Amino acid sequence: MIDVENLTRVFGDVKAVDGITFHVNEGEIFGFLGPNGAGKTTTVRMLSCLISKTSGEAHIADYDVSNYSDSLKIRKIIGLVPDNVGLYEELSAYRNLDFYGKLYECPEQRRKENIERLLRMLELWDKRNVKVGTFSKGMKQKLAVTRALIHDPEILFLDEPTVNLDPESSKIVRDFIFELKKEKKTIFLNTHNLDEAQRLCDKIGILNTKLRAIGTPEELEESVWGKKTVIQLEQINEVILKALDKLSLGKIVRNNNKLTIDVVNPKLDNPNIVNAIVGAGGHVQYVTELSPTLEDAYLKFVRKSE
Amino acid sequence: MKIWKSWVIAAKDFSIFRNKKSVIYSVVLLPFVVSISLPIAIGSGQGIPPALLSELLNSFSFFFIILAASLTTVIASYSLIGEKVEKSIEPLLATPTTDGEILLGKCFAAFLPTIVSIYVGLVIFMVLTDIMTYKTLGYFYFPNWDIAIMILIITPLASILSVELGVIISSRVNDVRSAQQLGQLVIIPFFGIYILSQIGFISLHINNLLIISGILLVIDLFLFYISTITFNREEILTNWK
Repeated sequence: MIDVENLTRVFGDVKAVDGITFHVNEGEIFGFLGPNGAGKTTTVRMLSCLISKTSGEAHIADYDVSNYSDSLKIRKIIGLVPDNVGLYEELSAYRNLDFYGKLYECPEQRRKENIERLLRMLELWDKRNVKVGTFSKGMKQKLAVTRALIHDPEILFLDEPTVNLDPESSKIVRDFIFELKKEKKTIFLNTHNLDEAQRLCDKIGILNTKLRAIGTPEELEESVWGKKTVIQLEQINEVILKALDKLSLGKIVRNNNKLTIDVVNPKLDNPNIVNAIVGAGGHVQYVTELSPTLEDAYLKFVRKSE
Repeated sequence: MKIWKSWVIAAKDFSIFRNKKSVIYSVVLLPFVVSISLPIAIGSGQGIPPALLSELLNSFSFFFIILAASLTTVIASYSLIGEKVEKSIEPLLATPTTDGEILLGKCFAAFLPTIVSIYVGLVIFMVLTDIMTYKTLGYFYFPNWDIAIMILIITPLASILSVELGVIISSRVNDVRSAQQLGQLVIIPFFGIYILSQIGFISLHINNLLIISGILLVIDLFLFYISTITFNREEILTNWK
């Protein structure tokens, strides 16, 4: 659905995006994580045909973003929620959506139906005739998402959709993104929010001008340090350590009576470890898996790039 | 180019203007006040020789051109800077609408209300002036070819000039007031012509009016070229302040 090959954008002497390559499948939620100035918004703008690329290739549903006639077709099949909501505050919610519906060439009947359906879904229908200027940040953000969907786009670009929202509003927007996933929409999500990325995304790219890592949230987490098992013992002694050495495990770190052991396959290795400890006269208090988080992965790749 | 899309954009801007009292007052009230006060001023100056009166009436008519240029700047500033202030330009550019369609929509939005208002004002001005000057002149001064050129050629060209200047200014400033203040520079050459006609340095009759029209047309075409370069989505998103 979205194919990007060696995409680069230079502003003057500054490389904002440097040779990124990735692919997003239809119906997938792809998350872009990165610090401020990493090139996330620039990438979305290039893919939305708002600004041109310096080099590389990018195709949206087989349309070339650098081809002028294709760019109009691309804009018809995508929806964009920019980092600033950019609504007309003097106009009502309904008038805002109706205006965009017309520009997206949405037929009148379908436009009306979509406006009602979307406003009801996001609990804004009762406020449809109220000026947007009186709305809270959360309501405006929800309306901006609604605006991007008014023409039933196949692909949705969301640039920081929950930034500055209170937890309740963030949840409504996140739940709505889940609903869109069920409708098989392809979603490209720029976010700083690691928890949001982990919960929503099928695939995540970590960007800091260059694409530093890409994979499922689980793959990225595992790439930080693999898998570790933590075992709390009543007492650790040399006999137990020798018994563990015989198992040819990964690195073993001892911290008081706690052992942190690198394992390849916890399901196979953990029973062997426990048996070895018990056989050596040890008394196991608990066994747990130490999981790296997406935050660990993010920090690892971003720091590495700095 | 889909003209209807430009119209959709202009109609949206009209809806926004309706909620801005300063725009309504400027665009509706100002031409109305001028269209009444100028004939009253003419009527109070009884005893002016007919030849001088004719010059004076053309100068006064030219005042509406200054108004057209000035008012268009007011609306163009709201229309263009408003999109920047509300940060609505990015979602607008993300729609399948071309830069030309958006620019034309902005031109409609700034041009049409001004022209309608100025034309209504001019009709009132001409009717009242004819009533006031009939005794002195012995005939109805308006309509005539001079005012026809002013209304049908110079006023629209002056208004278009302001829109184009508005586009260029909008790329460099971030607030409506600054844009309006800078935009008002457009009236200086028109005001100069007005003053020169008042002091009798030039006469605003058909030949001179046609020369002014020609010069304006050339400037409009040049500024159209500049404004289309300026109003480019890449420029707007990366270089507009």
